[in-house]
Amino acid sequence: MFSIPVFLSSFEPLFWAARFTLLISVLGIALGLVVGALICAAALSRSRWLRWFAALWVSFLRGVPLLVQLLLAYYLLPVIGINVPAMVAAVVTVGICSSAYVSEIWRGAIIALPKGQTEAATAIGMHPRDIWIRIILPQAFRISLPALINELILLVKASSLVSVVGILEVTRASQAQAATTFRPLEVYIAAACIYLIINLCFAALGRYLEYRTTV
Amino acid sequence: MVEASSVEIRNVNKFYGPFQALKDVSLSIPPGKVSCLIGPSGSGKSTLLRCINFLEEYDSGEIAIDGQLIGYVSAGGRRMSSRRLREMRRSIGMVFQQFNLWPHMTALQNVCEGLIRVRGLTKSEAEARATDALKKVGLSDKMANHPSRLSGGQQQRVAIARAIAMEPRLMLFDEPTSALDPELVGEVLSVMKTLAAEGMTMVVVTHEMGFAAHVADQVAFMEKGELVGVDAPSRILNHPEDPRIQAFLRTYHERNSF
Repeated sequence: MFSIPVFLSSFEPLFWAARFTLLISVLGIALGLVVGALICAAALSRSRWLRWFAALWVSFLRGVPLLVQLLLAYYLLPVIGINVPAMVAAVVTVGICSSAYVSEIWRGAIIALPKGQTEAATAIGMHPRDIWIRIILPQAFRISLPALINELILLVKASSLVSVVGILEVTRASQAQAATTFRPLEVYIAAACIYLIINLCFAALGRYLEYRTTV
Repeated sequence: MVEASSVEIRNVNKFYGPFQALKDVSLSIPPGKVSCLIGPSGSGKSTLLRCINFLEEYDSGEIAIDGQLIGYVSAGGRRMSSRRLREMRRSIGMVFQQFNLWPHMTALQNVCEGLIRVRGLTKSEAEARATDALKKVGLSDKMANHPSRLSGGQQQRVAIARAIAMEPRLMLFDEPTSALDPELVGEVLSVMKTLAAEGMTMVVVTHEMGFAAHVADQVAFMEKGELVGVDAPSRILNHPEDPRIQAFLRTYHERNSF
């Protein structure tokens, strides 16, 4: 029988674990946005080598499952002499993986802009730097917003994968709890609720940002 | 009264791969006059116009504005520095078929942008000048609107204000009324007529034969990348000698009669 009290009492330890889920997804997307911007710049650059590097970066990180990337980071980093806390390794791996998707989201948004937008600025003698800052990026950001929120929500769910490197986020915490209480149904429904609440909040944030940037 | 530029186009050629878009085109644009470029689509008139401010690179020949070669350091020589090119473009205004207003900015911000970033004006100086420019095109009540809240005709007038606020000595119009609903064409043409009356040098690619007939000082006809003829509008539009111009005008009149 499904027990309401057990269900409700499952939330407390999971809330604690939700901090790690949030931390990994939010820091992960932050890192993904920064690195993704650099990779996107490389992909759009005039240098053949930079474009080649960006293509390699994107195809490796999109082509290998995040789970495998996490395991690689976990076992490979100590071998090459890098000893960092599991949490740091997890955030960096998630962020780097996300950068591949983010760079493609931004590249798509930038090339979707009509050529006339840049031409109008070029024709009055604007500096390319100003054209990027004032004309291209604000519009590309707005176009990319729904896809970026999508990516953030995917990261929240993908953060469950970092349980394999021993971080007690929501999924791992619910597994542990189910194993001790023998009430898996209540615990996993509670876990599902927590993921859902987090993602509904992010979706609302996305709608707010879209509303703010729509003209 | 504005200081007006002249443009000298000499033996200009332009290729897209094996396709020759401009074939040895030469044309003099006198200062303070309106020159219209007409001809069928794909004849190279927009390409020629875009070569004048080097949005499009020409491969050989010379285009000089007030005697100053644009795009190259010398005829057939190295490309000019991008800094020098930007300086030259500051005094050349351009108006596009698709308006190309920046949708994330209001009408006022669209006009201010170049004044601040390119001319180096302060925000308040720029706003004062932009307000004047918008008033001139009859849009003082729409300054706070974003482009999406303006009609096509209003958007094109903002685009003209954006160009004239920079105090250009030469204005290029690339089919400025072709994307407009017929009832909105008049408001844009009347702003252009005002500019012409003030003595602005204007080069206008257009399908508006009425505008060419009544406002232009000279009309150039292009076909297949060649400049077929250039003359006063009354002569070229009413008594064209070249059979290609006769054929073009015949088609035009057939299409516009009912």
